[in-house]
Amino acid sequence: MAPKESLVLLVDVGPLMHGVLTEIETFCSMLVQKKLIYSKTDEVGIVFFGTEDTNNELEVEVGGYEHVFVQRKIEVVNGHMVEDLQNLPRGTTFGDFMDAIVVGMDMLIKKYGPTNKGKQRLCLITDARHPIKDPDEGTKEDQVDTISSMMKARGVRMDCLIVREKLDGNANKSIVDENDRLLNHFSRRTIAKTIFVGRSASLSGAVRTRNISPVTIYRGDLELSPAMKIKVWVYKKTSQERLPTLKKYSDKAPPTDKFATHEVKVDFEYKSIEDPNKVVPPEQRIKGYRYGPQVVPISLNEWEAVRFKPDKSVKLLGFTDASNIMRHYYMKEVNVFIPEPGNSRAILAVSALARAMKEMNKVAILRCVWRNGQGSVVVGVLSPNISSQENIPDSFYFNVLPFAEDIREFQFPSFSSFPSSLQPTVEQQEAADNLVKMLDLKPSGGEEALLPDFTPNPVLMRFYHVLELKSRNPDADVPPVDRCLKRILEPDSELLSQNKPTIDKFGSQFELKENPKKKKSSKRHWRDRLLTSNDDGETAKDDMSEIRNSNVTNDSSAVKVDKIGNSTPVQDFNAMMARRDSPEWISRAFREMKNYINDILENSYEGDTFLKAVDCLEALRRGCILEQEPKEFNQFLFDLYEKWKNTDLVSFFELVSSKNITLISKTEAEDSDIMDDEAKIFLPKSKPPPQ
Amino acid sequence: MDIDPEDLFRDSDDSDDEFLQEREPSKEFVVYLVDASPKMFLPASKEVGKGKTHFHVAISCISQSLKTQIINRSYDEVSICFFNTREKKNLQDLSGVYVFDVMDREFLDRPTARLIKEFDNVEETFMKEIGSQYGINADARENSLYNALWVAQALLRKGSIKTSAKRMLMFTNEDDPFGKIVGAAKADMIRTTLQRAKDAQDLGISFELLPLSMPDDEFNVSRFYADMIGLEGNEVTQFLPSAGEKLEDMTDQLRKRMFKKRKVKGITFFIANGISIEVNSYALIRPTLPGAITWLDSVTNLPLKSERSFICADTGALLQEPAKLVFPYKSKNIKFSTEELSELKRVSSGHLRLLGFKPLSCLKDYHNLRPSTFIFPSDEEIIGSTRIFIALHCSMLRLGRFALAFYGSSSHPQMVALVAQEEITSSSGQVEPPGMHMIYLPYSDDIRHVEEYHRVDNDAAPQATEDQIKKASVLLKRINLKEFSVCQFANPALQRHYGILQALALDEDEMPEIKDETLPDEEALSRPGIANAIEEFKVAVYGENYEEESKAAATKTSGPAARKRKVMAETAVKECANYDWPDLAENGKLKERTVVELKFYLTAHSLPVSGKKEDLISRILTHMGK
Repeated sequence: MAPKESLVLLVDVGPLMHGVLTEIETFCSMLVQKKLIYSKTDEVGIVFFGTEDTNNELEVEVGGYEHVFVQRKIEVVNGHMVEDLQNLPRGTTFGDFMDAIVVGMDMLIKKYGPTNKGKQRLCLITDARHPIKDPDEGTKEDQVDTISSMMKARGVRMDCLIVREKLDGNANKSIVDENDRLLNHFSRRTIAKTIFVGRSASLSGAVRTRNISPVTIYRGDLELSPAMKIKVWVYKKTSQERLPTLKKYSDKAPPTDKFATHEVKVDFEYKSIEDPNKVVPPEQRIKGYRYGPQVVPISLNEWEAVRFKPDKSVKLLGFTDASNIMRHYYMKEVNVFIPEPGNSRAILAVSALARAMKEMNKVAILRCVWRNGQGSVVVGVLSPNISSQENIPDSFYFNVLPFAEDIREFQFPSFSSFPSSLQPTVEQQEAADNLVKMLDLKPSGGEEALLPDFTPNPVLMRFYHVLELKSRNPDADVPPVDRCLKRILEPDSELLSQNKPTIDKFGSQFELKENPKKKKSSKRHWRDRLLTSNDDGETAKDDMSEIRNSNVTNDSSAVKVDKIGNSTPVQDFNAMMARRDSPEWISRAFREMKNYINDILENSYEGDTFLKAVDCLEALRRGCILEQEPKEFNQFLFDLYEKWKNTDLVSFFELVSSKNITLISKTEAEDSDIMDDEAKIFLPKSKPPPQ
Repeated sequence: MDIDPEDLFRDSDDSDDEFLQEREPSKEFVVYLVDASPKMFLPASKEVGKGKTHFHVAISCISQSLKTQIINRSYDEVSICFFNTREKKNLQDLSGVYVFDVMDREFLDRPTARLIKEFDNVEETFMKEIGSQYGINADARENSLYNALWVAQALLRKGSIKTSAKRMLMFTNEDDPFGKIVGAAKADMIRTTLQRAKDAQDLGISFELLPLSMPDDEFNVSRFYADMIGLEGNEVTQFLPSAGEKLEDMTDQLRKRMFKKRKVKGITFFIANGISIEVNSYALIRPTLPGAITWLDSVTNLPLKSERSFICADTGALLQEPAKLVFPYKSKNIKFSTEELSELKRVSSGHLRLLGFKPLSCLKDYHNLRPSTFIFPSDEEIIGSTRIFIALHCSMLRLGRFALAFYGSSSHPQMVALVAQEEITSSSGQVEPPGMHMIYLPYSDDIRHVEEYHRVDNDAAPQATEDQIKKASVLLKRINLKEFSVCQFANPALQRHYGILQALALDEDEMPEIKDETLPDEEALSRPGIANAIEEFKVAVYGENYEEESKAAATKTSGPAARKRKVMAETAVKECANYDWPDLAENGKLKERTVVELKFYLTAHSLPVSGKKEDLISRILTHMGK
């Protein structure tokens, strides 16, 4: 089988690149890894340039081409390549990207000759900050022309990734401009794409690392009216890429069995509810649909006869102002409508409509049935996508809109109806304005940070990373979240520190308080909140850290859950028990509660604290059963009784007994050595009151 | 392995875990209390010739709500209770109160197909069977309002307050129910009624009033009901919906207020530097799908329970849910435990974390994956949240920016855009609530560059000329949907689905005809003005002789795939002639032929070639008429 795609990676490892090589390592190894997973037959060659050494055939054959090092000739993708790319050499000379391109082309030509046309790709990664050599004859532009016509003839595509963290003063502007011009010249002349990457974090998202051949979901007419139709092809523009599905693994086979498949078969059986042992065979099953409490049975044929069957078509309902369709009504993954390739009339018609829509700020509403037999229609909005490149035709984006049934008309109070205590003051509003202005991810003239198009999915990145780790060491642990992924998950610390005064101002303008009334239920969340609001370190992991938020003022004495207060002892106790950040809290809660009960009993006057004490005792008992610590409670109750049985506090125990608070018996907690009947007779009911 | 790059067939069953979460654990019990006094039957608007009454408004609101409920929230239970009636029907045998019900149903129960159907006709038979009369008269000793509250409260005794929400919704246009009584009797009646209402509220039953205003006499909540529902000060003015001019608007407003907001979950929103606020998320837009299929035993019509079992392929042993999962990589099987997988997915703490702000123009039309989620602030746990939220909301609107944030949910950690939405109101009430919409953004992995795939080689792609664009603009102006609103269409597939189910559930023979509102208005499109604009545009972009040329082109050039298909069909016809099909079929020898051979026959007769061998054979037999 011919390889699907062959790719030659041309990586600049010269001195100026050293700062970003770590990210390039991640990117390149990811690229090869994805090939290992999704297209195992692809072929890959690896070339470094800017290296001390030279290793390429052209140098041997014709001379020149120094500091271009062919690490791997083109071969079927394999695991060693991942390792090569994860350990890029640090080069010592300034590489010449034009030499590298020629070497890459030479490799492709020698390997495939005229075959495999249209499936070859060069991927150049450089900062293009160093001048390239003048060619032996003609200008640099001529050289580009020669190479690009060669590339075109062989159907070689090229992706140029220009990585520049920041342009520092050292960089010679004229050189950079010349290089950019040359590279852009490539884009115009060939099937090349040049992408400038400012932050190395977006590198991983910049180039398509997985080849998905697009499949149309519809080919046919876009019907403006029965008299006017435009031929279009519809594709998916966005489609959520999920974690690949993993197979289930069975370790039941004996280790000696060399041929074990370790596969797991999944079996479905349908059983009658009345008789769980009776398996109902498939032919005896019939589909039913729920309608309120009823389930309406209906056979496939019956259903087929009556169900909704619209014809395949895409029809225009009309145009409307773009402002009529609010952004949040977009329902699904987006489609793109492309005029039928090669049909210049369709291209013109789409172009005219799209440009008119853009000018007038209009969108079109369509009714779509993508294929025959589809059980539903889709109503959606078509918005223009004016092409920025002259060799790409204009097209439309299509977003699905909701039907009446899909909308829940919940009513919310107007912000203006809120009392002034909930409204921001002029100063507060100003602080908020400043925050929104300053935490800017798209500075004017600057590059947009975290553009979705350049932002990789951190979960997938982690999956591929762990996969590689585990392929080397099956017992490898899942590592903490990578630093470079943090840039997607958390605000840029540089941006934050630059705007520290604004943020501090914002923080000082607003006061946040925990609501004491809701304390009980929220305690757990509240603690999470305090912990995770710490921006440094691994928020997901270090649950144990005890960082308090300076911005939050605790307005109730009992807010701190590390001790039991007088106002809501039972809640405090429960909250402490619920703390999962350290096992120590449990024992501390027990201790605190016992002290508390002792205290209030001692301070009681004519039994005024008895009810409260009983509540506490009950809570303690529940807690001890929950934690299976019966002795904690039994011993305590016993001591309590011993201590006060001969005082007037003995009436407290009558109350305890009447509330059915007994010792914890063996049936309630395994560790108890009190039998059920013993538990009940312990308390004073059976004993005569001292008098 | 899940590599289905097309994703084509996942269109409709694309339900994410997170979206299922909104299925609330609690159910809701609702008693609708409908005033049936003669006043409710007076014409409700001054528009001449429209005999619509407030009673009708109330009935249609409830009817619509029941229809939504049976589809979306069929586990909730409902009871419809008229008061100020002539007849009585209730467990307490109190006069003036009539609980409407149908066969096979308790007074407070899940809505059934029959209930909906009969309730739709209740207006026709109401006067005859239930009747209307003033319950509270000057000389009357009965207090029908009190009775109604009593009956409703008794009905709502069902279910635990912990696991369910209990509500009474009252429709009335009488703002002063005890106006006709004087003296001590009046004070007494007011007192007992208020007490009854308070008792109900103490039991955790919420009481909501849906007041209907008379055309020339606005409903005055403060006359009586403010005390009953416990309104104070300026809340009273807020409470009354802006009295609508039109009756339709009133229906709309009431219908919206009948919904109880259900939040999906509370989220902590980290803003910066330790400042975090509390917001609640709501699912305002979610696709409503036909309910899931339940498998039934065709003999007994009882539902079946499906049981999944895992079997080890090597030993045949029955397994528990396997703890290890594998993924093939570098010709090895890489093992993962489920804990490792969830650890891997846990990249963030499950909250919303602000990353920064961008101008709205950065949010492209293709930056979308799923329906958005609405967020609204709450001071329930952190006081001051609302204030910060309002301030940011206001700044974002004014500066035309959206917030970029990372939402670390456990199932789909994702970048999101928070777009501030200003409140929009119309005569029919709130159209867009104020708050922010959380739009789920794609990653680079999710975006496909299809446009580039079809770039035009060699030279530039054709671009429309000024004149062509102008013609298109004329067309745009002609076919303008001025009043288009996003949710104006009912889903025809869903309407039909439930129409059929209702008919089957009630054993009706007639299948309902459902109008497909989504079809274009062909009549309007053929009007001369529009037809001309279309024609002119067509000539401008396609040229004069398009029809003939395209016909000629269609016969001449067909794509490589089509050509291949043609060749295949030709060979199939040729090959097909080599067999004596009737003979093979007659002697049952078809099954001895290979699938390839069978397909010759099918292709030659342009029949589908999909399916298993048995399917192919049966298709051939059917085609031969056997």
